[in-house]
Amino acid sequence: MTHFLKAWILAIGLILTPTALSAQEALPAAPVVDPAAASDAESADVPAATEAPASGLDPALYTPMKPTPGIGMPVDGNIDFQEQFSPTGETAHWINNAILAPMMIGVSMLVLFLLFWVVIRFRRGANPEPSKTTHNTFIEIIWTVIPVLILVVIAVPSISLLARQFEPAPEDALTVKVTGYQWYWGYSYPDNGDFEIISNMMSEEDAAARGEPHQLAADNRMVIPVGKPVKLLITAADVIHSFAIPSAWFKLDAVPGRINEKVLQIDREGVYYGQCSELCGARHSFMPITVEVLSEEKFNNWVRANGGTVKGDAEEPAAEVTETAATETTTEIAAADAVAATN
Amino acid sequence: MTTITADGHIDDHAHDADHKPAFFQRWFMSTNHKDIGTLYLIFAIVAGIIGGAISGLMRLELAEPGIQYLQAWASISNGSEASLDQAYHLWNVLITAHGLIMVFFMVMPAMIGGFGNWFVPLMIGAPDMAFPRMNNVSFWLLVPALLLLLGSSFVPGGTGNGAGTGWTVYAPLSTSGSIGPAVDMAILSLHLAGASSILGAINFITTIFNMRAPGMTLHKMPLFVWSVLVTAFLLLLSLPVLAAAITMLLTDRNFGTTFYDAAGGGDPVLYQHLFWFFGHPEVYIMILPGFGMISHIISTFSRKPIFGYLGMAYAMVAIGVVGFVVWAHHMFTTSMSVNVKMYFTAATMVIAVPTGIKIFSWIATMWGGSMTFKTPMIWALGFIFMFTIGGVTGVVLANGGIDDNLHDTYYVVAHFHYVLSLGAVFSIFAGFYYWFPKMSGRMYSELLGQLHFWIFFIGVNILFFPQHFLGQQGMPRRYADYPEQFAYWNQISSIGYAVMLVGVLIFFVNIAYAFVAGRRVEGNYWGEGATTLEWTLSSPPPFHQFETLPQIK
Repeated sequence: MTHFLKAWILAIGLILTPTALSAQEALPAAPVVDPAAASDAESADVPAATEAPASGLDPALYTPMKPTPGIGMPVDGNIDFQEQFSPTGETAHWINNAILAPMMIGVSMLVLFLLFWVVIRFRRGANPEPSKTTHNTFIEIIWTVIPVLILVVIAVPSISLLARQFEPAPEDALTVKVTGYQWYWGYSYPDNGDFEIISNMMSEEDAAARGEPHQLAADNRMVIPVGKPVKLLITAADVIHSFAIPSAWFKLDAVPGRINEKVLQIDREGVYYGQCSELCGARHSFMPITVEVLSEEKFNNWVRANGGTVKGDAEEPAAEVTETAATETTTEIAAADAVAATN
Repeated sequence: MTTITADGHIDDHAHDADHKPAFFQRWFMSTNHKDIGTLYLIFAIVAGIIGGAISGLMRLELAEPGIQYLQAWASISNGSEASLDQAYHLWNVLITAHGLIMVFFMVMPAMIGGFGNWFVPLMIGAPDMAFPRMNNVSFWLLVPALLLLLGSSFVPGGTGNGAGTGWTVYAPLSTSGSIGPAVDMAILSLHLAGASSILGAINFITTIFNMRAPGMTLHKMPLFVWSVLVTAFLLLLSLPVLAAAITMLLTDRNFGTTFYDAAGGGDPVLYQHLFWFFGHPEVYIMILPGFGMISHIISTFSRKPIFGYLGMAYAMVAIGVVGFVVWAHHMFTTSMSVNVKMYFTAATMVIAVPTGIKIFSWIATMWGGSMTFKTPMIWALGFIFMFTIGGVTGVVLANGGIDDNLHDTYYVVAHFHYVLSLGAVFSIFAGFYYWFPKMSGRMYSELLGQLHFWIFFIGVNILFFPQHFLGQQGMPRRYADYPEQFAYWNQISSIGYAVMLVGVLIFFVNIAYAFVAGRRVEGNYWGEGATTLEWTLSSPPPFHQFETLPQIK
């Protein structure tokens, strides 16, 4: 009978292998037609990108940075977490890989080994007369106490990680208000004149033109300065959404009627992607988060390009920019709202 | 476990013990625990086919990036060309239906309604359940509940037809976010299923406390009965909270209350607290009876009594008690204070201890045993390993700080499918193969049973293991479509579904084989390892058993 079993397993393996291989080959060629992008293209004010990536903002002040492949985004076929770029993220990643993963593998392998051992050693052929043992206080204490100790070893760094994640932002930290809408994100900068960025998913063509991954790329990004704690105030306008950046170990729900606060710090300039992480209705899969992390100077320029105010700037030169950009932001909002309404 | 010697069968052959009522009366007005158990099992199989088919649709759509089929399916359910948003909404309807059907209409009816009804009275030496008519009400409440849920897919629920709220039905997506009767129907369906379970729980508690055969003290009670007792208490205490939570959803939706609307002084997070106060015990409700069944199977096929019987029983009680004080680990990202998060991290990890005791006690039961590897036993062995994997990822997720990244990703999906789809479902299959000949009087094909196990085992692992990787890479749950960077593991996962499906088909062939050509079995077909009272009866047992109560020494 075992021969029969083996033959079956082999046969199934043989049947499936070519399917798996051919399907995998077909993958990259599979056309990803996403008509959701069509409506985005209507709402977004991204002009048809010709050569340089365009953002609709003054190119002298800001051009969207190109993402580094494999950084701040998932990598196909990878099995680990995304590379971490925030201090708490690095610690959390370390706790997982150095403490939790060995615990998981160790416990699973121990159980697997014990199962194999009893199956071989205590099968009827090897042990025809079963023992009558029904308890052994000592070993029962052992397998109660040792798991407790393992859990304590896990709990210590885990609890201190929690404490670090809850450290409040310094008094002078930049505040960004994140609002989840059905189905896009809004980022407003109350410290910089309270302008709001409306962030919709880019169509496949636009994302490709900017060299960005489709369904992760948003037309207008949330921009923050590098290496500094930024205070995020997160809320939602309609239903619950969740703001997540996997490469910064960051996730916090956007709950209507509540303002949730959490510190985000990213220590490397670059582009980081995330996706809405709480079921929020039909287009839950299509409201990505794109965060661009810039040096202080470039960040200030980005603020100016959006018509915001930077502390210490003279009032006059900024005035003109403010006006044009302000109208632009308004139209963006109107367009986005119109799309939301039609949905 | 205490060795039980019973002589209950001696006087069992009263002249009308096996007189069965006519068809309609027997199956639609039943007061017989075995018949009601059979109805529950058939119901669970039907619901399992529907829920499993829905997951097949989902894995088909997720096999490649892009939307391939959803729009066509949405057009079918619409009756007219569906828009893309309606297609996306259909996705949410599918995930909602899959979750609710598998939890409320497959696992719970199979374990508690099916095996619980069949074997709790047999194992404690009782003639029937304490409230046989209420037992029938419990079952027949489930039928309209399932019909309401399925029917909700065909009425408006916001963007498209059906309730697309997820099985958690979070407000405000389920209130202001879903206009139309679909969500109301789904909520009413949950009310009925919940009422059914509460009635069932009352019945089990009363039966177990009052109708044990003379001499069967609580500490001599078989572990499956212990597991159902603990489960019944969890049901009794948690389901009223769910009922309250979803009733407030209904009034928020229809009568202008604002329990979950901050604009009127309510709080959307309140719903989550109430839901998970029910929801976390619920996951133990789905696995505890499985623990009980696995204990019997391991003991039977090792020809050795359960190791650490009292530890096993009280580990289940401990899991039940601690299960009530860990609910907010489902809400780590809703912004709780640091102290609350620390508490729920620590409390959640505590559950690993009694669970570990159970795993090690099962292994110790086999240690020194004389094991045979019949179909139920290999399912039980598979269960132990799969549940261990699901357990260790649970310890990872218990850490609030680590969960920040994994919350609502495929890692969580993989975790709860390892403990439920591979834990609960493996134990259901184990119990089914263990008791099917007892229930039907006919033996299945051992070869097909083994084949079913191996193909299913390989399939579900290919299906769910890569989802850990997807989650670590950040793929969120409940996504109809995903960036190309998630394509590889998603495709592997979908292939796993196809393999698993072959295993399930073999299961159905095996049942058919048993009814057509299965050999008739004697009372105790597993031999000396099977020591509980149901093995003292014929297979199938007489229509009324234990008219003279057995004596437990």
